[in-house]
Amino acid sequence: MARSQTPEQAPQHPGDLTDSFCGPDVPPGGTFRPQKHRRATRLPRLLHPGAWWLWAAGLAVAASRTTNPILLLLIVAVAGYVVSARRSPSPWARSFSVFLKLGLIVIAIRVVFQAIVAAPIGTTVIFTLPALTLPEVMAGVRLGGAVTLESLVAALYDGMRLAAILICVGAANSLASPARLLKAVPAALYEFGLSVVVAVTFAPQLVADLDRVRTSRRLRGRTVGGVRGTAAVALPVLEGALERSVTLAAAMDSRGYGRQAQRSPLVRHLTAAALLGALVLVVIGAYALLDASAPAVMGLPMLTLGFALGITGFDLAGRRSVRTRYRPDPWSWPEWGVTLCAAATAATLLAMSVAGVPGLIAPVDPLGWPAVPLLAVVGILVSVLPALIAPPAPGTRLRGEVGT
Amino acid sequence: MTPIIEFESVTITYAGAERPALANVDLSIGEGELVLVIGQTGSGKTTLLRAINGLVPHFTGGTLAGNVRVAGRDTSTHHPRDLADVVGVVPQDPLSSFVTDTVEEELAYGMECLGVSPAIMRRRVEETLDLLGLADVRDRALMSLSGGQRQRVAIGAVLTAHPRVLVLDEPTSALDPGAAEEVLAVLQRLVHDLGITVVLAEHRLERVLEYADRVIHVPGDARPLVVGTPADVMISSPVAPPVVRLGQMAEWSPLPLSVRDARRQARDLRTRLEQRPARTIPVREQQDTVVTVERTRASYGRVPALRGVTLDIAKGEIVALMGRNGAGKSTLLSTLVGLRRPDAGTVRIDGVDPATLTGPRLIGRIGLVPQDSTDLLQRDSVAAECADADRDAGVEPGTTAELLARIAPEIPADAHPRDLSEGQRLVLALAVVLVATPAVLLLDEPTRGLDYPTKERLSTLLRDLAASGHAIVVATHDVELAAETATRVVVLADGEVVADGPTAEVLVGSPLFAPQVAKVLVGPEGTDVPLTVTEVRQALAVIG
Repeated sequence: MARSQTPEQAPQHPGDLTDSFCGPDVPPGGTFRPQKHRRATRLPRLLHPGAWWLWAAGLAVAASRTTNPILLLLIVAVAGYVVSARRSPSPWARSFSVFLKLGLIVIAIRVVFQAIVAAPIGTTVIFTLPALTLPEVMAGVRLGGAVTLESLVAALYDGMRLAAILICVGAANSLASPARLLKAVPAALYEFGLSVVVAVTFAPQLVADLDRVRTSRRLRGRTVGGVRGTAAVALPVLEGALERSVTLAAAMDSRGYGRQAQRSPLVRHLTAAALLGALVLVVIGAYALLDASAPAVMGLPMLTLGFALGITGFDLAGRRSVRTRYRPDPWSWPEWGVTLCAAATAATLLAMSVAGVPGLIAPVDPLGWPAVPLLAVVGILVSVLPALIAPPAPGTRLRGEVGT
Repeated sequence: MTPIIEFESVTITYAGAERPALANVDLSIGEGELVLVIGQTGSGKTTLLRAINGLVPHFTGGTLAGNVRVAGRDTSTHHPRDLADVVGVVPQDPLSSFVTDTVEEELAYGMECLGVSPAIMRRRVEETLDLLGLADVRDRALMSLSGGQRQRVAIGAVLTAHPRVLVLDEPTSALDPGAAEEVLAVLQRLVHDLGITVVLAEHRLERVLEYADRVIHVPGDARPLVVGTPADVMISSPVAPPVVRLGQMAEWSPLPLSVRDARRQARDLRTRLEQRPARTIPVREQQDTVVTVERTRASYGRVPALRGVTLDIAKGEIVALMGRNGAGKSTLLSTLVGLRRPDAGTVRIDGVDPATLTGPRLIGRIGLVPQDSTDLLQRDSVAAECADADRDAGVEPGTTAELLARIAPEIPADAHPRDLSEGQRLVLALAVVLVATPAVLLLDEPTRGLDYPTKERLSTLLRDLAASGHAIVVATHDVELAAETATRVVVLADGEVVADGPTAEVLVGSPLFAPQVAKVLVGPEGTDVPLTVTEVRQALAVIG
């Protein structure tokens, strides 16, 4: 055992406690493997963040296809239910309510703008605002005037759609933080991902800094509010942030950030060529697909080839870094299940919208009660299944379970 | 012993500096040593530490002449990142060096960068969690950890890469005595059980000296380093913990480094001190009360920070507010200065609720020097800062500069506050607060990062201020400062006052808070022992 050894006998890595740590379940000479197959089952674990973001994207796509308030409320309810059932106990998981409030603000802004600026539709005038006559140049822009019930309702529906999309993002945010999602980006994009993560973690610290500087202004007997007060606060806060980033950079450097594997010039050139070639092919392919007069061979085949080359390039670029991943999130059947549910929801609403099935767009002129298309309801309700499909988050106490 | 760190005639000069920060350093540190780096603030300790993994000069700029080799790798050809697998560096403020946001991810980060295979990473994280006693908090957000836990995570985060050298910059200076002992126990274990070489810089020598194998004294001004066993270096060192200074005064030989050593030699001194006159405890006069806190409660969300604190502070008192991190010390200070309104109870400064005061009316009554004194300083030169303070306090221009010149004549008026040393910044912040002549002066953890001479100057200054009628409250973990300055100690735990009384009574009774001199001199009976070397000297002078 490493602990009882004298310094002369100590192994190359003095911190190695292998023998004393690993129990009898490790075969002699064998390696200790994290048991993947077991972690992928119904034991509490966090779902792959990508799955949650895809799920939220599916719901958001569905929301973008309809202005029917009943369907939109249903989407928000589905998102809220899944969040309450499967969010992790981490602090950012509490951000969902913030997004709900943001949604309400979006609706309010949309309705107010409609009343003041946009041209009215319909004829049911509720009240008339004092109108402003604008100069000739700005013809077409209206300020004030008659406000109709139809236009307010249309604005309400439109605001609800925006709010629902926002709430879907909020749901993804509280189910899987953006920082966790970035852990899953390909190695070639890792450095970009890290800078985003660092920026994200700096935001709350900036707020804390701001608070400290405002405190100190009070301690020195100065005014805290006002334009001058705010301006005087900005400089020290920025100074503090800069100082902290230098400290962080030094710490990251001394912990091995940015180590690179040795690569031959040939591989380096190949990587560059692959990425550049991929870009050109994708651009040509996309152009040909959109332009009907281009020969068919330039469309889909070029695009596919471009993507394939791009993936190769990213893979080659990724090998430059020597990084490994600690406990990468597994992708197994719950992830597939959650993603497929969202895909079903999105596909249902997309298909209905393309086929022109009535009910997705609520009638505003003339006003009428929105219909409830059964197919859409079922399509949206499929996305509530992830509340069952996803394993429970660790750290949340299940009902009936005795806490320690 | 094979050397693992070698400095060969190293001279480090920062860009724009007139003289080198370190000159002609020859040094060799063996495998498995615990080396303590001491020296006054600004003497070049941090430069020496940062040169070990090549942060100086690769990251900081400047020039390095000579060679630094760690485990055979020369830092001139190896960047800090290429040394990450042999040297682990734990910076002064762990929170600012964390890259990820949970304990487990932070422990794995270094290994991910080094490309350690996932199976080994998993195993090492588990080992490190157990080694440092962090298994209970493995999923916690780093922001939610206590100071001692953060420090242990920072150590663990570099330890998982299995470095052969661990470099720490003031690992215990922000910690309460209990948490500091936790961290030191971990370091002991690493050196003894795993043979890791530890190099640490620390101002609080009383905490670490007894564990060190060798001491490097960095005298500053590019003078040659003094390297030797702790006892050898301490004989001539201007920075020394109280137990050593007691030994120096009593001319004990060998010089004691720990309380245990000193107690063995202190028998004679103890019997001589028994003849000294009993301590007189000054009687407080009620009408002098300037701070009244009554059944005050405060909380952060659902977490209570103060649970019914009652406290009176009179003019001329110096109150040391002690207790572990998170006991409510800072909350009490910010309630006193009116930054927070208490949830219940009353706070009165000179009979006025501080939360209703602003501007000159506030700073004329109460002043707070926050933990990080840079918070208070916002201008780009000392002179501009002083001029601002004059305006804030509504006094004649030049008053602050005059005050500053009286308490710290060496601070140049054109310097940027951020370029000053920790101690100079504190004094500047003090001057800025004092110019408004507040009746009550609050200091939050003022000795963090201060060396012994600066601390002594602070103590003298505080005593003078108290003598001239200020009431002073110092929130601190530093028992030696409390013993040196305070007339009264209030101990908070979990938002409640658990002890309140004259300094000697409160400190001597507690195993954690007792100052070194008291620990050496306390007999089987009674609590009436001297707390500081100064007190011993005075007592001996009286006895003759």
